[in-house]
Amino acid sequence: MSTPDRRRAVVTGLSVAAPGGLGTERYWKSLLTGENGIAELSRFDASRYPSRLAGQIDDFEASEHLPSRLLPQTDVSTRYALAAADWALADAGVGPESGLDDYDLGVVTSTAQGGFDFTHREFHKLWSQGPAYVSVYESFAWFYAVNTGQISIRNAMRGPSAALVGEQAGGLDAIGHARRTVRRGTRLVLSGGVDSALDPWGFASQLSGGLVSTVADPERAYLPFDVDASGYVPGEGGAVLIVEDADSARARGAERIYGEIAGYAATFDPAPGSGRPPALGRAAELALAEAGLTPADISVVFADGAGVPELDRAEADTLARLFGPRGVPVTAPKALTGRLCAGGGPADLAAALLALRDQVIPATGRTARVPDAYALDLVTGRPREAALSAALVLARGRHGFNSAVVVTAPRL
Amino acid sequence: MARLTLDGLRTILVACAGEDDGVDLSGDILDITFEELGYDSLALMESASRIERELGVALADGDINEELTPRILLDLVNGAQAEAA
Repeated sequence: MSTPDRRRAVVTGLSVAAPGGLGTERYWKSLLTGENGIAELSRFDASRYPSRLAGQIDDFEASEHLPSRLLPQTDVSTRYALAAADWALADAGVGPESGLDDYDLGVVTSTAQGGFDFTHREFHKLWSQGPAYVSVYESFAWFYAVNTGQISIRNAMRGPSAALVGEQAGGLDAIGHARRTVRRGTRLVLSGGVDSALDPWGFASQLSGGLVSTVADPERAYLPFDVDASGYVPGEGGAVLIVEDADSARARGAERIYGEIAGYAATFDPAPGSGRPPALGRAAELALAEAGLTPADISVVFADGAGVPELDRAEADTLARLFGPRGVPVTAPKALTGRLCAGGGPADLAAALLALRDQVIPATGRTARVPDAYALDLVTGRPREAALSAALVLARGRHGFNSAVVVTAPRL
Repeated sequence: MARLTLDGLRTILVACAGEDDGVDLSGDILDITFEELGYDSLALMESASRIERELGVALADGDINEELTPRILLDLVNGAQAEAA
């Protein structure tokens, strides 16, 4: 086993559960073909809500993916997480036959919203029928750490594990911590993020943040970096990555390596009114430095793409300062899925690894007209083929979270 | 008041906590511990809560332990009902 500073964390398995595509390849195809996962909310009657669009997963039948023992105790977000974990482990070829000890396997996930749908149902019982009717499983089904715990129990992964919360940035923080855990000596860490809050209460909570678009046309509601940007559309789902020590992956004969988690950093914005600039650029610089790369080494940026004009401008300014005006291709394929909260960063990371694999950059959904002042080389309209060796993935969470991950193509 | 039958208990268990893939609940399970049937303490608490709502019999906290089997549970519930009658 290599020494800590030489250990490399590579990705040996991937899975995505997102609007428009259950499973990695369907998700990737929907990004490349520009299939819009945003539609009118069908989970409940949202006709009296000011915004009625969401990125919904509509082809997931929980009982097809999970044993019945887990159904009464899991929120929809945990069901996605458990299914995606199964798929990612299968993709990595990891199972009881892999010869990995329980304590060599960790789990680090992020969810920012917890079990809204489950809790909404239990609260409804509480106020309409009384406390005796509330499920005992409410005790943990709502909880931020529940996905890490359930995945750990289901797959007998007893190594160092954690749960991180950082709104939309938290999914990248989980990947960063998975990398840290591997560098400290754990052979394999299942990581990623999943969120879902599309029940009446969860959706109302998302709208209360004030940044959700009120445009009714699903083709026009979430347009990151567009002159007509009007806010974002909430989505559900996320991605799971198997992050593994490169030497250990080779030793067990891992079937494939998607790439290396080469660098990670997180920063926090200065207090509002301080006059100091946001810290997104600093996160990118620190992640690059950790990867031992310079901006010139980055072939594509997967942007946070808030879809809110002042946030889009701030991110564009950061990228122009770091890479020079129009200095690097930038994309925000999440325009097709909505913002997945803690699932967003890992889904982008999955897309970045697939972009490195196929040497093609997916486009930014329906975004078409980018203000000249942004000085962005934004990939719009259709995918762009390019020689890609390293990607920078950015995510911002509400109220100051910034995270950046650098992934590089597998070394031959 | 209705007695709790083994079938009734099966229905409550499955509704409250599902059933373990490796266990056949329809078999002779009277003397198999709930732990062996794949039900942990939370699953039993959830089921006990349902029994209390449906049959009006509250189990004591100490009744839910590692030795609990369907037979013991049915005796507790139906015995308590007989006492109350």
